[in-house]
Amino acid sequence: MSDAQEMTLEEREASIGGIGTARKRKEDARFIRGQGNYVDDIKLPGMLHGDFVRSSHAHALIKSINSEEALKVEGVLAVITAKDLEPLSLHWMPTLAGDMAAVLADKKVHFQNQEIAFVVATDRYAATDGIQKVVVEYEALPPLIDPKTALDDDAPIIRDDVADNDEVGQGKRHHPNHIFEWQVGDKEATDAAFEAADITISEDIAYPRCHPSPIETCGCVASMDATNGKLTVYGTFQAPHVVRTIVSLITSIEENKIRIVSPDVGGGFGNKVGAYPGYICAAAASIVTGHPVKWIESRIDNLSTTAFARDYHMTGELAADKDGKILAVRAKVLADHGAFNTHAQPMKWPAGFFNIITGSYDIPVGHVKVDGVYTNKAPGGVAYRCSFRVTEAAYLIERLIDILAQKTGIDKAEIRMRNFVQPEQFPYNSCLGWEYDSGDYPTALKTALKAVDYDGLRKEQAEKREKGELMGIGVATFTEIVGAGPVRNCDIVGLGMFDSCEIRVHPTGSVIARLGTKSTGQGHETTFAQIIATELGIPSDNITVEEGDTDTAPYGLGTYGSRSTPVAGAATARAARKIRAKAKKIAAHVLEVTEQDLEWEIDRFKVAGSDVSITMKDIAMAAYSNIPEGMEHGLETTDYYDPPNFTYPFGAYICVVDIDRFTGDVKVRRFYALDDCGTRINPMVIDGQIHGGLTEAFAIAMGQEIVYDETGNVLGASLMDYFLPSAVETPEWETDFTVTPCPHHPIGAKGIGESPNVGGVPAFSNAIVDAFAHLDVTHMPMPHTQGKVWKLLNELGLNK
Amino acid sequence: MTPGVFEYHRPNTVEEALALLGQFGEDGKVLAGGHSLVPMMKLRLAEPAHLIDINAIDGLRGIRDEGDVIVIGAGTTQAEVLTSDLLAKKCPILPEAAAQIADPQVRNCGTIGGNCANGDPGNDDPAIMMALDASYTLQSQDGERQIAAREFYQGIYTTALADNELLTEVRIPTPAEGVGMSYQKIKRKVGDYAIAAAAVTLSMSNGQCTDAAIALTNVGDTALLPLAAADAIKGTSVDASAVDAAAEAAMAASEPVEDLRGTREYRTAMAGQMTRQAIVEALSRAAGS
Ligand SMILES: Cc1cc2nc3c(=O)[nH]c(=O)nc-3n(C[C@H](O)[C@H](O)[C@H](O)COP(=O)(O)OP(=O)(O)OC[C@H]3O[C@@H](n4cnc5c(N)ncnc54)[C@H](O)[C@@H]3O)c2cc1C
Repeated sequence: MSDAQEMTLEEREASIGGIGTARKRKEDARFIRGQGNYVDDIKLPGMLHGDFVRSSHAHALIKSINSEEALKVEGVLAVITAKDLEPLSLHWMPTLAGDMAAVLADKKVHFQNQEIAFVVATDRYAATDGIQKVVVEYEALPPLIDPKTALDDDAPIIRDDVADNDEVGQGKRHHPNHIFEWQVGDKEATDAAFEAADITISEDIAYPRCHPSPIETCGCVASMDATNGKLTVYGTFQAPHVVRTIVSLITSIEENKIRIVSPDVGGGFGNKVGAYPGYICAAAASIVTGHPVKWIESRIDNLSTTAFARDYHMTGELAADKDGKILAVRAKVLADHGAFNTHAQPMKWPAGFFNIITGSYDIPVGHVKVDGVYTNKAPGGVAYRCSFRVTEAAYLIERLIDILAQKTGIDKAEIRMRNFVQPEQFPYNSCLGWEYDSGDYPTALKTALKAVDYDGLRKEQAEKREKGELMGIGVATFTEIVGAGPVRNCDIVGLGMFDSCEIRVHPTGSVIARLGTKSTGQGHETTFAQIIATELGIPSDNITVEEGDTDTAPYGLGTYGSRSTPVAGAATARAARKIRAKAKKIAAHVLEVTEQDLEWEIDRFKVAGSDVSITMKDIAMAAYSNIPEGMEHGLETTDYYDPPNFTYPFGAYICVVDIDRFTGDVKVRRFYALDDCGTRINPMVIDGQIHGGLTEAFAIAMGQEIVYDETGNVLGASLMDYFLPSAVETPEWETDFTVTPCPHHPIGAKGIGESPNVGGVPAFSNAIVDAFAHLDVTHMPMPHTQGKVWKLLNELGLNK
Repeated sequence: MTPGVFEYHRPNTVEEALALLGQFGEDGKVLAGGHSLVPMMKLRLAEPAHLIDINAIDGLRGIRDEGDVIVIGAGTTQAEVLTSDLLAKKCPILPEAAAQIADPQVRNCGTIGGNCANGDPGNDDPAIMMALDASYTLQSQDGERQIAAREFYQGIYTTALADNELLTEVRIPTPAEGVGMSYQKIKRKVGDYAIAAAAVTLSMSNGQCTDAAIALTNVGDTALLPLAAADAIKGTSVDASAVDAAAEAAMAASEPVEDLRGTREYRTAMAGQMTRQAIVEALSRAAGS
C-alpha cells in the first residue's frame, strides 16, 4: 500500500514526531521572519487611536478636568472621563480578586500614572497632542508608599470608596487600608514547636516589586459592528474566554455578541491575565464612535501601571533540632497590592499558593499569615512566570534553609538531604494542606552535586577565602505547585479552572485541534500537536493547533501558572483517546473483526497475531464513509478536563559566582539546572523554557525592581533602567533532567515554563550570600545590584 | 511616546545646513544619529519645530591623520570609530570607549559629533575628549571657531554651542608615541550609561610619569577633569600610593546624583575605582614605564 509499510517500527515512530521528539517549533517560521501577527499589526478600516491622560500625582483629589482645548486639536474626536462612563456603569470594574478598580479616576487618583481620561483621535500623534492639552486640577493628598505604615492609625486612607466596608472581596478586614488576612496551618502547634526547639532562626526577607515586562506591551483593538451589535476585541489576552465572560458581565452584552481574539502574543508572564482600563475604554469608545479603536501601551505605561508582581515583605522562621532537621516553619507576610486589589489568582486564594513554603522538605508543622494592604502604587500582584505566589514561597524557604545551614554549621547541600520528603513518602501530605503528587528529590540533588563537582567547588572556595577572594556557591532545591487547578478549590469569577481541547480529524487524516489556553510564546502549536501525534499516530506536521479565538475555541481558563500542559494538555490527551476509541470501533467494522481482536501499534490498529491492519489515516476516511450502523459520522470530540490535583514539578539548581570586591560586580561563573517536569513532551522546547526562565530569574535577582520615591513617583519605568538582560549579561545555562512522571496526568507531564524562575531566583541569592557566609552574613536584600553588593563589601571593609 | 509636529529638512552640504540653522535659530535642531534626540522627542522633552538631518552630508564623515592632529568628522559613527585602523594605532582609547557605548544598533547610527554636542553627563566621549585635550570646530553662517573640549561643557544639556552653530569636526592632538591610555567604565548592563567611568592618558619616561590627564564621566553635571588627580601621578613612578592619591582626588572631585545606578557614596567610590583601574591599565600600555 503506502511507503509506511516498508518502514520499520522505529522509523514509523520517528515519522510521527510525537512525545519526546525535539521537534522544531512550528510557530518560529513566522516569528523569525517578522511575520507574526501581533495586536499592533491589526489595522481595521476607519480605525481610531486612544490613549490616556495620566495622573502626575500618587494621591490627590481631582478638582476638575478641562478638555476644551484638547477637543480643538486637529484629529481629536473625544475625551472620555469617568463622568462619561458612569451612566454605563463602566467607570469602575470588578477585579479578579473581588475588589473594584477605577477604569478612569473617579474624583481622586490613587497612584502615579493612573488613567484619568481617554483621548480618542484619528492617529496616535493627534491623541498625544490632545493629551497634552487636557488640564487636570488636583488637590494633593499625603501619599502612602511604604506598606509597613499602611495599617497605622493615622495612615492616609487610600480607598474612600470602600473605607467603610468590612470586607473587599476576600474576607474580613480591620483597617480601611487592609485588604485581607489569610491564615493556614496550626498556629498553636507551630508556636509550641518553636518554644521547644533547640535551634530557631528568623529573617526578614523582602521580595521586591518587579514587573513581568513582556517585550510586547498590552493593547487591544475594539470594534463594535453596529449592523449586528457584535463587539470584537483583538487583544493581548492570556485568558481570552475569561475576558469574554467578564466583558459580558460588566457590559450586559450577551456573550454570543462578543468575540475576543488573542492574536500572536509577545510574552505574557502574568502581565496579560488581568483586565485593564485600556480594554474597557477602547470598547466604550468604539461603541460611542462607531469606529474600531486601538489602544497600545507605551513601555512606560506598561512598567508603571499594568500588573506588577511580588512586593512581598516576609518574615520567615524555622525551628530545628541540632542535626538540622526542621521541626516547624512559620511565616508572616505583608503583601503590598497597590491601590486596587487586582492580583490575578484563583479567587479562594488571596495569597495564592503561598502555603507551598514547605518546599521540598518534610516539615511536621507550620503556620502562615498573610495580610494584604493598599498603598498609593500601581495595582497588581500577578504571578510573574510562576504559579500564584509560588516564587515568593520558594524564595523564602530556600533562603531560610540556607540560613539554618549556616546557623547549625551543616553544609548547605547536606542540610537539604536531611530534610527532603523521601521518594517513598509520595503522595505526600504537607502540613500546610497540599498533596504532593510525586518526586525524587535526593536523586535530583545528588545528580546535581556530582555534575558540578560540589566538593571540588567547596574546596576551591576555601582556598579563595584564604586569599581574600569572594566566591559563592548557591544551591536551590525547589518544589512548585502548578496546574491550577481542581475546580473544587480553584475558580476565577466563579468559573472553574478546568481546560479544554477539541479535536477534529479530517477525512484524509490530518487534524485541527483547538484549546482553551493561549500560547504567549511557549510553543503550544508544536507541543500539543505532539501529544495528539502520539495518541493518534498522525504525524505532528499534519496537526494544526489553534487557540485564542473565542468564536472557535472551546471554553478554557487560559495560560498562566504553568497550567497549559497540566490541564489543557491533559484534555488534549483525553480527547485524542476518545477519538482513538471511536477509531477502534470503525477499524473493527472495516476489518470485520471485533474490537477485542485489535491492538494499537504506533499509527494503526492491527489484528492481533496477523499482518492485517488499518492505519489511522484510513480510519479517518472510513469515519466519513464506512461506519458501523448506529454510529455518527465524523471523527471529532471535545474534552473538558478538571484535574484531580495540582502537579508538583521540582528541580535542583546550582549557581557559582565570583564577586569583584572593589566594584560589587557579580559574575555568574556557572549555572547548572536540573529539572524534573515529569514526562518530557519536547526536550528542545523545555530547554528553551528553562533558558528563558533562568534569564528572567537572573534579571529579577540581579536588577529588576520597580522603585518609588517617598512621594510616590515611580522611578526608572523604562528599559533604560528596568533590567532586561541582553545576551551579553546573560550567563550560560547548563540544563539536565530527571523524569518522575505525574501519577494523575494522562501522559504524566507536570509543566516546565515557570520552574526556572521559581528555582532560579533563590539559587542566585543563595550563591551571593554564600560568598559572604564565612563572615556571618546570612541575608542580603534583592536585587543584588553592584551598588548593594558594594555596600556590604564596604561595611565589611573588604574593598580596601 | 510619539513626537510632536516638526518639519524635516535634509541638507546635502554644510552650507545648506548652516543656512537652515541660521534661519530657524532655536526652533531648529540638528539630527545626527538620533539616538539621544529622538528618545527625547518621543517623550516630548524636546519638541523642535524643525529637524535638520545632517546624515546626507558626506563632508562630515571620516577620520583623517593631519600629522599633529587627528580629525574626526562630526558625522562619523561610533561603529566607524570602533573599526578605524588609524585610531586603533594612534588613539586607541577612542575605539576602546566606543565598544563600551550603548550597543551595536546604537553605534551604527550614533555619531561622535552627537555624543560630544549632546551635553548629557552620561555621554562617554566628552571625558575622553577632555583627557585628550581635543577641540571642536563650530561653524555657523557667521564663520568658524575652535573651542577646547575642556571649555565646551557648562552644565546638564548646556554647552558653548550656539543655536545657529554646527559642530563639524573634532580635532585631537595626535598622542605622542608610547602614551598609555585607557577608558574604564562600570555600568549595569550593555546599553547603559556609566555608574562612573574614567579616561586616563599618561606618558612615562625612565619609570617616571612625565605627563597625565584624567577625566571622569557621569559623576557631575558635566564630564569632569580633576587636575589634582592627574597631578597625583605626575612625577611619580605611578606606584600604589600615587594611584591611591589619584583615586582619592577623583573621588573628591565627583559629585554624582543618586539614581538607580547607585547612591552618591557608591558612584563616588566607583569614580575612584575606575580611575584606579584606568591608571593601571594605561600604565601597562605606556612605553618607558
Ligand atoms: C539604548 C541607548 C544606550 C546608550 N548608551 C550610551 C552610552 O553608554 N554612552 C554614551 O555616550 N551614549 C549612549 N547613548 C547615546 C548615544 O551614544 C547617542 O548616539 C549620542 O548621545 C548622540 O549622538 P547622535 O549622533 O545619536 O546624536 P542625536 O541624537 O542626533 O543628537 C544629540 C544632540 O546633539 C545635537 N547634535 C548632534 N550632532 C550635532 C552636530 N554635528 N552639531 C551640533 N549639534 C549636534 C542634536 O541636535 C541633539 O541635541 C545611548 C543611546 C541609547 C538609545
